[in-house]
Amino acid sequence: MNSIQEFLFLLGSVGFILGLKYMGKPDSARKGNLIAAAGMAFAVIGILFFDNKEEGIVVANNIGLILGAIAIGTIIGWLMAKKVKMTSMPEMVSLFNGMGGLCAALISIIEWRSHEGTMEMGHYLPIVAGLIIGTVSFTGSMIAWGKLSGKIGDYRFPGQQFINLFLLVAVLGAAWMNFSAANSGEDSMMWFYAIIGLAIIYGLLFVFPIGGADMPVVISLLNSFTGVAAACGGFLYDNKVMLMGGILVGSAGTILTVVMCKAMNRSLTNVLIGAVGGNNSVASTGGKPGGTVREVQATDVAIMMKYASKVIVVPGYGLAVAQAQHVVHELENMLEEEGVEVKYAIHPVAGRMPGHMNVLLAESNVSYDKLVEMEHINPEFATTDVVLVVGANDVVNPAAKTDPSSPIYGMPILDVENSKQIIVLKRSMKSGYAGIDNDLFYNPKCGMLFGDAKDSLQKLVNELKVV
Amino acid sequence: MEEILNFIGENVIMIYLVILMVFVGIELIGHVPSVLHTPLMSGANAIHGVVLVGAIYVLKNAEADDYISLSVGFLGVIVGTLNVIGGFVVTDRMLEMFKKKPVKGAKS
Repeated sequence: MNSIQEFLFLLGSVGFILGLKYMGKPDSARKGNLIAAAGMAFAVIGILFFDNKEEGIVVANNIGLILGAIAIGTIIGWLMAKKVKMTSMPEMVSLFNGMGGLCAALISIIEWRSHEGTMEMGHYLPIVAGLIIGTVSFTGSMIAWGKLSGKIGDYRFPGQQFINLFLLVAVLGAAWMNFSAANSGEDSMMWFYAIIGLAIIYGLLFVFPIGGADMPVVISLLNSFTGVAAACGGFLYDNKVMLMGGILVGSAGTILTVVMCKAMNRSLTNVLIGAVGGNNSVASTGGKPGGTVREVQATDVAIMMKYASKVIVVPGYGLAVAQAQHVVHELENMLEEEGVEVKYAIHPVAGRMPGHMNVLLAESNVSYDKLVEMEHINPEFATTDVVLVVGANDVVNPAAKTDPSSPIYGMPILDVENSKQIIVLKRSMKSGYAGIDNDLFYNPKCGMLFGDAKDSLQKLVNELKVV
Repeated sequence: MEEILNFIGENVIMIYLVILMVFVGIELIGHVPSVLHTPLMSGANAIHGVVLVGAIYVLKNAEADDYISLSVGFLGVIVGTLNVIGGFVVTDRMLEMFKKKPVKGAKS
């Protein structure tokens, strides 16, 4: 044991906990991230320049190779993180998460090779757990990344859940066979390959059937998987900073996953077997809602908003796709100059990730105290003159409250229909992610402004300048 | 059964740490406003990059002629660093935008 190394690891662990704590409040979040990063720096210095077998400074063997790898990783990681557009943040997180999983799996592969032959259960367990979890997290994250960036579609086949369950059992079986074969002196290599192969297939099939709308939940879950895989390394090397950091993320990630599921009123099981309001549930809603849709012109909407005293904007994924965050902020500024009170109603699952809208709007300098969460904004709709729904659909669908047969029944929604006027900016009458029709559009108070969200907002801004 | 007991006996401090950390994680995340969910997920993502420490450990203990361990370890350190640097930088970029703007016409 090296006391300086232990001290650095201790600083690292405290950094992670404090960092995560500060990240929980908007004012201190950025500082929290820096504290966690400092913790990471302490941990890396600890492993690079100290050794647990002797006291004093011991520069690592292969230091050139290590620093070279770190330099390559830093440059690529830095460039990717700096270049990525705000709208593609979710897939970036998924990609980096996959890298962590891959790292854990690679560690396990090397450790298994150097311990080939007899192995104690206490040693084998963290190695094989790190291998399986890391591999699943890696392949799963890659699929999630591909799906979010639109490279891969949903892919389901009947009986998939059973095949997944079977695969899971098969992976564990192979892990057991590998252990007993190694300990009885037989060739265990085959079983080792089988573990890796089965874990890869499981990771793929695990994420394939899950709909794009549920991707954030999956990424959060895979994130906590990688945390556990990192903690396995902590067990393996008796390294407390790896253990604490890993478990911290494992538990925080799991809670985050549960919170997200709750916000969408979905159970985790439902998300995982890919039963999102897909093909089968559409049929159940059936029937066309009555009434006609009222189309409105940008001029009318501009005048309506100019003479309103309070406008609430409901942003959705359409806003992100159209990259309309700057225009909407411009609109907000213009209205405020006219003395109109403008707020944003943020549904917990608007966009593709919880908080997605906040990040996006913050990018265009919308002050975050204007972003109001659902519970706080819902009572305000009654006193609102105009609600502007920008590319959101399911989160304002009254069917969630009124139609028990609807797949989104029970999901908390924004009560936009309580306001005096509703304007929906939409590209077409196409249904939202859940694939169901929205009665709101047939509400007499509701006007539709068709077109790309950015173009429509730009038109509104131009009209406001004129009127 | 005996193996399990042995395992617990040998790793008792680690097991205590695991249990404590589970509760710390739950406490820290349980009451966070949904505004911060995405940055928080990204921040947590960067923190599990601590697996990099394990990759460095493997690489520094690899024998100079064990090319498989050297190259796999090298790759491990690269992807681990990607996770750490990418994770923290992306999180910082997200949080950078959470600055409060002076409200126009506010009291002051």
